[in-house]
Amino acid sequence: MSPSPLLQVAGLRASIAGKEILKGVDLTVHTGEVHAIMGPNGSGKSTLANVIAGHPAYAVTGGSVRYRGKDLLAMTPDLRAREGLFLAFQYPVEVPGVRNSQFLRSALNAGRLHRGLPELELKEFNKLLKEKMALVEMNPSFTTRSVNEGFSGGEKKRNEILQMALLEPTLALLDETDSGLDIDALRTVSAGVNALRRADNAIVIVTHYQRLLDYIVPDFVHVLVDGRLVRSGGRELALELEREGYERIRQAVESAQPAKS
Amino acid sequence: MTTADRLAQKEYGYGFVSPVEADTLPKGLSEDTIRLISQKKGEPEFMLEWRLKAYRHWLTLEGQSPAWANVSHDPIDFQDIIYYSAPKGKTDGPKNLQEVDPEILRAFEKLGIPLEEQKRLSGIAVDAVFDSVSVATTYKDTLDKLGIIFCSFSEAVKNHPDLIKKYLGSVVPYTDNFYAALNAAVFSDGSFAYIPKGVRCPVELMTYFRINQADTGQFERTLIVADESAYVSYLEGCTAPSRKRNQLHAAVVELVALDNAEIKYSTLQNWFPGDAEGKGGVYNFVTKRGKALGRKSKISWTQVETGSAITWKYPSVILQGDDSVGEFYSVALVNNRQQADTGTKMIHLGKNTRSTIISKGISAGRGQNTYRGLVRILPGAEHARNYTQCDSLLLGSACSASTVPYIEVRNPTAQVEHEASTSKVSDDQLFYCMQRGISEEDARFMIINGFCREIFKELPWEFAVEASQLLKVSLEGAVG
Repeated sequence: MSPSPLLQVAGLRASIAGKEILKGVDLTVHTGEVHAIMGPNGSGKSTLANVIAGHPAYAVTGGSVRYRGKDLLAMTPDLRAREGLFLAFQYPVEVPGVRNSQFLRSALNAGRLHRGLPELELKEFNKLLKEKMALVEMNPSFTTRSVNEGFSGGEKKRNEILQMALLEPTLALLDETDSGLDIDALRTVSAGVNALRRADNAIVIVTHYQRLLDYIVPDFVHVLVDGRLVRSGGRELALELEREGYERIRQAVESAQPAKS
Repeated sequence: MTTADRLAQKEYGYGFVSPVEADTLPKGLSEDTIRLISQKKGEPEFMLEWRLKAYRHWLTLEGQSPAWANVSHDPIDFQDIIYYSAPKGKTDGPKNLQEVDPEILRAFEKLGIPLEEQKRLSGIAVDAVFDSVSVATTYKDTLDKLGIIFCSFSEAVKNHPDLIKKYLGSVVPYTDNFYAALNAAVFSDGSFAYIPKGVRCPVELMTYFRINQADTGQFERTLIVADESAYVSYLEGCTAPSRKRNQLHAAVVELVALDNAEIKYSTLQNWFPGDAEGKGGVYNFVTKRGKALGRKSKISWTQVETGSAITWKYPSVILQGDDSVGEFYSVALVNNRQQADTGTKMIHLGKNTRSTIISKGISAGRGQNTYRGLVRILPGAEHARNYTQCDSLLLGSACSASTVPYIEVRNPTAQVEHEASTSKVSDDQLFYCMQRGISEEDARFMIINGFCREIFKELPWEFAVEASQLLKVSLEGAVG
């Protein structure tokens, strides 16, 4: 393992509307790795992804997050993105009246300018977009439609992966990307993600079900229960969870830490 | 930089004053003022008579300006206004560009409206109105060949009196309302366009209005007539210097479309809005109306209103011809202490007439924005249809948005639809854009622009780009 991790989360605590959701999370991710964070509903999985991306609704109350050696929590969300951090949203929002292609081009060029590259001209951009759309099997008509407006659940998720393909992030967080996908869409989306796996980037998948991990095979699996990562392991941990459910692990955790709250 | 700093820095980019010598009447209004205006313009007798009739009617209204709009201002002292100001020596209007004061050319150049032949805007014929008079019209030759008349109103009165007699006041009579009466009495210039039978005007016609002189009211009058099967797209832009005192702008626009004719009228209104505290700014009290007189005629209003301290205007369509179409597309933005009460009236008289109203209101700062609209279906308007959509976007919590639709249906076959929504730029939308690397300011602007897209797409391309820029400048420093 490389001595300097891509992402280092240490003792992270965060709350929303005064309610503590993350109660001290530690997580280390190196380039070339795929991590899966699993856990029951309400355990804080999505919160973790959103806090790392900088959602303003969450307040960080403790701990630290370092990304490429820098203090991630000190960066605004747009700067985090330009530094190569990407969140595929569980519920992508609609932006009425803003063309998908215009949105994607603005996003891409913001990142390019940040890296000292020239903006992509319209022609080059359209060519690139076409390539990436083929990767996620998206209909070209989506480029002229407003961002996510009137998209079905599956189309929205494809659009997220299209953005990921286009922006080529160094660290991608996929928040429940499998929810609402039928089996064919799941295959396409997974194939898209797998095509983006490289030695110089990393992916963190947040998911409730292990079925996504049949398609995107993780190197590490972590279990988040009640705001803490309670177990970590390899691929086999996901299969164990699938067999035995979260209840057993919750009980095991509770018996190890006798109730004092 | 704090928001307060940015607000302080925010400047109205068109606020300069040009050092042009002017021939200016003293303040005040009387029959003598009107005779003097008419005389200075060398008008025929019929115009003076019409003006005086309008003035006498205005007097019967006893200084009572309309009070129903959702705006407030101190009473206007109509004797404290200059009713006529013209760049010196050009009372008659210059014969060509060499005669135009270079300061005026520079002023228009600064505004991005070059008038010199070699620099003129491609595909747009411009009539430039500086204070009270038209100073230049470009693209004359092209238009002449097609028989299109596009000139200042003063020229039209002299050279095309029959058309003026026939159509002046035919859509907005001087008895229409307080400001229409005042305008009819004292209007100094404006544009006139006539598109002959079967001619599609190949360039956009544009009038650019500039108030320069202090304490001057601007009362221009525009008349556009599209004869049978003619088509014209007309653009109007306006700016004024930053002045501490309010200035009155009371214009009248009349459009007439005969059988199968189409008039597309677009406005970018950027009069000085006043400062952040609400000092100064233009009172924009305007009457605009089109008559879709002929069968299958069409009149379409598109407006982007970002300027003025107070805007009071309802570009309307009288759908008189059977199968005629009326459209109103509007973006009205208020920031700081601006007030806007704007909307439209669609009066359905003919059979199978159709109207569409799409209004987008943006409120920021302490701005107050009201959509006021009337859809009236008269008994003869069999199978008339209207669709109205009013969307409001609130930026911040000190601003307001109201929607006041009036619907009167007197024919049971009519179909009238009304939809309204109020929204904010949501944190989730902002976060989504920012998570893709787009800065907060750009994201906010992108979302607001998206909100206006349905309207901008109705504008000619260059105008749409300018409208979008205008929106950005007008919103600079507006807290989200």
